[in-house]
Amino acid sequence: MHQMIKWTAVGTIDDIPRQGARCVKAGDTKVAVFRTADDRIFALEDRCPHKNGPLSQGIVHAGRVTCPLHNWVISLETGRAEGADEGQTNSYPVKIEDQTIYVALGAI
Amino acid sequence: MQHSLQTPRERLVVVGNGMAGIRTLEDLLAKAPGRYDITVFGAEPHPNYNRIMLSPVLAGEKTFDQIVLNGLDWYEANGITLLTGDRVESIDRVQRTVTAMSGRAVAYDKLLIATGSNPFVIPVPGATLPGVVGFRDLADVDAMLEAAARGGRAVVIGGGLLGLEAANGLKVKGMDVTVVHLMDTLMERQLDRSAGTLLQRELERRGIAVLTGADTAEIVGDGRVTGVRLKDGQVLPADLVVMAVGIRPNLALGKAAGLACGRGIQVDDAMVTSDPAILAVGECVEHRGQTYGLVAPLFEMARVAADRLAGGTEAAYTGSVTSTKLKVTGVDVFSAGDFSGGKDCEDITFRDAARGVYKRVVLKGNRILGAVLYGDTRDGGWYFQMLKDGQDVAAIRDTLVFGQGYQGGGAASPGAALAALPDSAEICGCNGVCKGTIVTAITEKGLTSLDEVRAHTKASASCGSCTGQVEQLLALTLGDGYQAQTGPKPMCKCTDRTHDEARRAIAMLELKSIPDVMQALEWTTPDGCASCRPALNYYLMCAWPGEYKDDSRSRFVNERMHANIQKDGTYSVVPRMWGGLTTSAELRAIADVVDKFAIPTVKVTGGQRIDLFGVKKEDLPAVWADLNAAGMVSGHAYAKGLRTVKTCVGSEWCRFGTQDSTALGVKLERLTWGSWTPHKVKLAVSGCPRNCAEATIKDLGVVCVDSGYELHVGGNGGMHVRACDLLVKVDTEEEVLEYTGAFMQLYREEARYLERTAPWLERVGLAYLKQRLVDDPKGRTSLNARFLFSQSFSQDDPWAERASGATDRHEFSLLAEVG
Ligand SMILES: Cc1cc2nc3c(=O)[nH]c(=O)nc-3n(C[C@H](O)[C@H](O)[C@H](O)COP(=O)(O)OP(=O)(O)OC[C@H]3O[C@@H](n4cnc5c(N)ncnc54)[C@H](O)[C@@H]3O)c2cc1C
Ligand code: FES
Repeated sequence: MHQMIKWTAVGTIDDIPRQGARCVKAGDTKVAVFRTADDRIFALEDRCPHKNGPLSQGIVHAGRVTCPLHNWVISLETGRAEGADEGQTNSYPVKIEDQTIYVALGAI
Repeated sequence: MQHSLQTPRERLVVVGNGMAGIRTLEDLLAKAPGRYDITVFGAEPHPNYNRIMLSPVLAGEKTFDQIVLNGLDWYEANGITLLTGDRVESIDRVQRTVTAMSGRAVAYDKLLIATGSNPFVIPVPGATLPGVVGFRDLADVDAMLEAAARGGRAVVIGGGLLGLEAANGLKVKGMDVTVVHLMDTLMERQLDRSAGTLLQRELERRGIAVLTGADTAEIVGDGRVTGVRLKDGQVLPADLVVMAVGIRPNLALGKAAGLACGRGIQVDDAMVTSDPAILAVGECVEHRGQTYGLVAPLFEMARVAADRLAGGTEAAYTGSVTSTKLKVTGVDVFSAGDFSGGKDCEDITFRDAARGVYKRVVLKGNRILGAVLYGDTRDGGWYFQMLKDGQDVAAIRDTLVFGQGYQGGGAASPGAALAALPDSAEICGCNGVCKGTIVTAITEKGLTSLDEVRAHTKASASCGSCTGQVEQLLALTLGDGYQAQTGPKPMCKCTDRTHDEARRAIAMLELKSIPDVMQALEWTTPDGCASCRPALNYYLMCAWPGEYKDDSRSRFVNERMHANIQKDGTYSVVPRMWGGLTTSAELRAIADVVDKFAIPTVKVTGGQRIDLFGVKKEDLPAVWADLNAAGMVSGHAYAKGLRTVKTCVGSEWCRFGTQDSTALGVKLERLTWGSWTPHKVKLAVSGCPRNCAEATIKDLGVVCVDSGYELHVGGNGGMHVRACDLLVKVDTEEEVLEYTGAFMQLYREEARYLERTAPWLERVGLAYLKQRLVDDPKGRTSLNARFLFSQSFSQDDPWAERASGATDRHEFSLLAEVG
């Protein structure tokens, strides 16, 4: 059966600085919502696959974030670690309507 | 009569005498001439004209007559009844009539709505004052030209395509123009940051002031506009305000008639609205959730609508990818498709700083997804065509970014592209050296290395941005005989430039922002990485004190948050204790903070202060506010900057003390706190040679002796302990302070980012430091002066700025809490 996606409005694009992120707390899970230099929005669980570093606090560059704890580079699109590192964090679908950011938190 | 024998023709009424509506008629007349009795209503008192050419009209490059698309004779020749200056006010879908402002009612069998869009007026006080105009139609242009004729100042709100074209036109017409733009970079919807920054520089060069990140609060004026007040309080005087912040589909008529509407009047792939007798085209429609603001998609819609009106059943509109060009003479900007990248996307970036060219092509699976071109847009059409065709570009991938001109037969390498350049092509912009000169020097003088080419031709000897090309020329000319040098390593994978080259370029080319540096030095990534961005941010801050605005997004988390992140994601907070001194009031305040915020761990640090561990991010501003209230400021325990000045008690209490080491420590800390340096810096002052403050393993340590002060430099504890080298012995405290300032500044200016003083000293040698700091008193004085100047901008407590909520409030709060 086709499962309905439940979209949750979490704020507007302008609430997040470019090349930055802010967090959404959904129950026990923290989701980091990123905004790239060219205004793409991504949502990842705010836990680095390495040792749970808060990805929301990393430096955002070209579709990636560098974890603040040990510099793993995580793809914002897939949540997967790049380069030689292995691991993946949860990522959530995002859509934008009229500046408002919706995240499909359903998977949580 | 013949006519009366025919069945009466169907009646088609068009609402909107603009670009999409009339294009539909042109297509329809070509397909099915004479099928309809056509009536066109136009709210504007003009025949159909080319709206996009209003910008050249404003700039005085064209006249209105030159932009008319269909004169009155065209309507007449095609038997179209044109009713200009008469706005349609309502649609009666049951009776199938439209009624206009004049009271005129016309019946239809088919109705085409093409009402375009309206400029969005931001809802601030004063938005309707006389002197505030949009930029949409000829009336707006006339109003602007009239204002420009009186001279004075114009403020253009909105730094998108329309705003910038308006700003350019008004500037050309002699007004003082300021563009106020809400976002950080211009045309952010069409351009990436690099191109947006280049564009801003160019406009500024033309004398147009640009304020980014500026939010309009109010239009001020008494009866007529006199200025614009921004949210930060700044008031910009203005005789004319142009609002160009965006457009809204003009759907009022359709909505009132009960047609399905979203952001625009909703249509299906046949351009038919929720009423089968009514079609809609142009900016007023919403198709598959999209609205459009450029003519190319509107013309595609027009073709489909015309086909359907002509009786066709096949033609379908399926949406468009769009491309944009800015029509400011002499500024070439092109953008197409989706250049935001994403999964499996690949960026190809090309920068030619000398020519002011930036190109970025985004690929996905060997197909072009988007492109941004600045400075050289010749290939825009070529990329756009391949993008629309979904052409596989694998075969030309390597040379794609060089443009169509390089695509001779088959695949060519980037080297071949360089080989294809004529001898007269300039390679080194700084020194004006062309390809022929370099190649001749290599062959005739038998040059084999980059340094030799630099020495003989000066190519690549200045800003170094052409180094890659010079090396390629060496390789091309010498073939296998050329071995690239293994010199100092590049900064990171984003560039071939070394730290020193980047710094030199910042100074020589007066580069003042990260995108500027990346452009000038031809970075291969759009916005760098976590290695180069913090380094460039530091270099710029060091080079342009007071002028460069710190980019917090290019800071590591600790420096952005002004606290140290711990492995569980909480933070530690260390207030400054000048020279290791504290008071009962400070200790009491710290104790209260610990209780109030349930801070789990309190530790005395090796730097003689107190560290509060396990503070929650959300609590940081409140913790700081309480510490501030007791007079404490940030200890910068997180900074690549001055950390602590450790002291022993000195002559005031200690029976061995030779000088007042604590007081001197406090003076040194007051002098150096707040400074940013390539890496952390720790100081210490020991009151006697017993050296209780461990001053000889510090970046700079003072050891007091009977006859004065020894200055030791370049030491550190840590994994690889290094004891200091003795730099000099001086007689007075004043000299200690001057030497310290000079040493700090030399380290700031010459060490590489993340290089501590110890490896720096080992790299450049103690003799060099002595030569700069000891043997050259004038040089020392001016280093110290530069340090003090820089310090005059850096000694603000970052905690106070954040505790008050004035800065970076978003860093400390959640975006949302759900579930
Ligand atoms: C200054 C400027 C520069 C531009 N530059 C470019 C560019 O470089 N490239 C590009 O692709 N696009 C550009 N555009 C956008 C382009 O002009 C529009 O996309 C295009 O004109 C939209 O066509 P349209 O028919 O939907 O609307 P319009 O051309 O606006 O036509 C709508 C017409 O309907 C009339 N109308 C509205 N309501 C009623 C009513 N109730 N009754 C009767 N008449 C009504 C309006 O008065 C208007 O004349 C530019 C626009 C402007 C203003
Ligand atoms: S926790 Fe992210 S890199 Fe170690």
